[in-house]
Amino acid sequence: MAKNNQQAAIVGIGQTEFSRNSGRSEQQLCAEAVLAALADAGLKPADIDGVMTYTLDHSDEVDLMRNIGVKELRYTMRIPQGGAGSISSLVHAKYAVESGFCDCIVLWRSMNERSQYRFGQPNLQLQMSPNGHSSTFVEWCLPFGAQTPATWEALSAGPYVNKYGVTSEDLGRVSVLMRSNAATNPNAWFYGKPITLDDHQSSRWIVAPTLRLLDCCQESDGAVAIVVTRMDRAKDLKQIPARLAAAEYSFLHNHEIISDFYQGDLARLPMSERVTERLVEACGIAPRDCQVAMIYDNFTTQVLRQIEAFGFCGPGEAKDFIREGHMNLDGRNALSPNGGLIGEAYIHGMNNITEGVRQLRGNADNQVRNVESVFMCSGVAGAIITQ
Amino acid sequence: MTDSNLNPNRPDPIMSVEGAFFWKAADEGRFVVQKCGGCGMLHHPPRAFCPECLSPKKEEAQLSGRGTIVSWVMPVQPPAFGFEVPPVVALIELEEGIRMVSNVEGADPKSMKVGLPVKVAFATTRGGHKLPIFHLA
Repeated sequence: MAKNNQQAAIVGIGQTEFSRNSGRSEQQLCAEAVLAALADAGLKPADIDGVMTYTLDHSDEVDLMRNIGVKELRYTMRIPQGGAGSISSLVHAKYAVESGFCDCIVLWRSMNERSQYRFGQPNLQLQMSPNGHSSTFVEWCLPFGAQTPATWEALSAGPYVNKYGVTSEDLGRVSVLMRSNAATNPNAWFYGKPITLDDHQSSRWIVAPTLRLLDCCQESDGAVAIVVTRMDRAKDLKQIPARLAAAEYSFLHNHEIISDFYQGDLARLPMSERVTERLVEACGIAPRDCQVAMIYDNFTTQVLRQIEAFGFCGPGEAKDFIREGHMNLDGRNALSPNGGLIGEAYIHGMNNITEGVRQLRGNADNQVRNVESVFMCSGVAGAIITQ
Repeated sequence: MTDSNLNPNRPDPIMSVEGAFFWKAADEGRFVVQKCGGCGMLHHPPRAFCPECLSPKKEEAQLSGRGTIVSWVMPVQPPAFGFEVPPVVALIELEEGIRMVSNVEGADPKSMKVGLPVKVAFATTRGGHKLPIFHLA
């Protein structure tokens, strides 16, 4: 492990507004978010020597350089697996700067997924590659009508929901919590718009009998960027650094990301379980030790499944863990105080990283008290940041 | 095996190099899976190499067509492209021990349950291809 002053840290965060029609190009959104993150850190474009995003993003590394005047890159990387790559990208950023491969790396996500294309709708034009960038092998899904992320997720969640008797109301409580948090976050699309469990129960089926409209994250336009460098450099910058104490990834044989149908006990998420073990090995802190949990919430089912797989509670207990309030803002592990991807915006997990950093800095809109460490995850990857 | 045409505009299969044998066999009314020519292991989704013995030799194995429902859903909104009637999308565990995504047709969705036995049938796509789907056994 890197010495303390050589450890990676998130030193800048930036974002555009989150909307349903940005009115400008994804490349422009990308540059805006990156410039905002650099300004937040107190850095200039010429300080960047590494850039990274993850697949299904259509903005471009070279165009970013050309837009903001990055002089020379020593490192570029585009992580596979769509939104699951959000936290995976932190794993790469951590080791890229700790190894000295590069000194200052920018990660971003920029998409007009509402106004330019409808990310949640059937996609027969193969905007995704046939293997969905190793996210979804669509050849074995599309002709059977399994054509959307919601359908893949509901099908994969079936054995979990069935085994533990998870009801639509149980899922609804996750959505109610997310929207309650979003309601007091001025940056959230659903700012000022909390929902009740009745609202959830009367929302229409997207994929019966599991996912209603209010079980799904949004389709959003917007961009988010973060800047990662080493602690020795971070101490000269503007913000309290968020030390990347651990960032781990695991991918197991014959699994897929969202269309994870073909291997093992589908009531479990073995890759998330493996990441949990590795995080504890790496930094001695378990996800459940963290005051804030930023859990990739593309769908409510994913939240419950990850709460268990990352060890916040035992198998089948997540629905009760939520109902008993343990993940409320004042609970043991506050869940996505920004409202997450369901309540704030769906910037494919990257906006959950920025919220984690704000919570650690102590300046979030829905600030949790006494935050010493924040856990972030996107299924196959997890990270723990500390002061 | 009975033919079904509940959704005549059902999309045609995408045929990858490794997957084409599956769809071509289905066109001929055969329900098959990839079998390793080295060690005999069955694999789905199909792949270029056998991960057990690393042989690139591939054969087809005839499947019994019998399995059980492991998971099922019905995409309602937005409607699945090419489906006038919302399909029951199911994950089927075949008695040979592999799982695949398909449809269960000819039964009231309200009667769907995990663990129900199913039997293969074939549906026709808009382009005249045949695909393996399932009926309750």
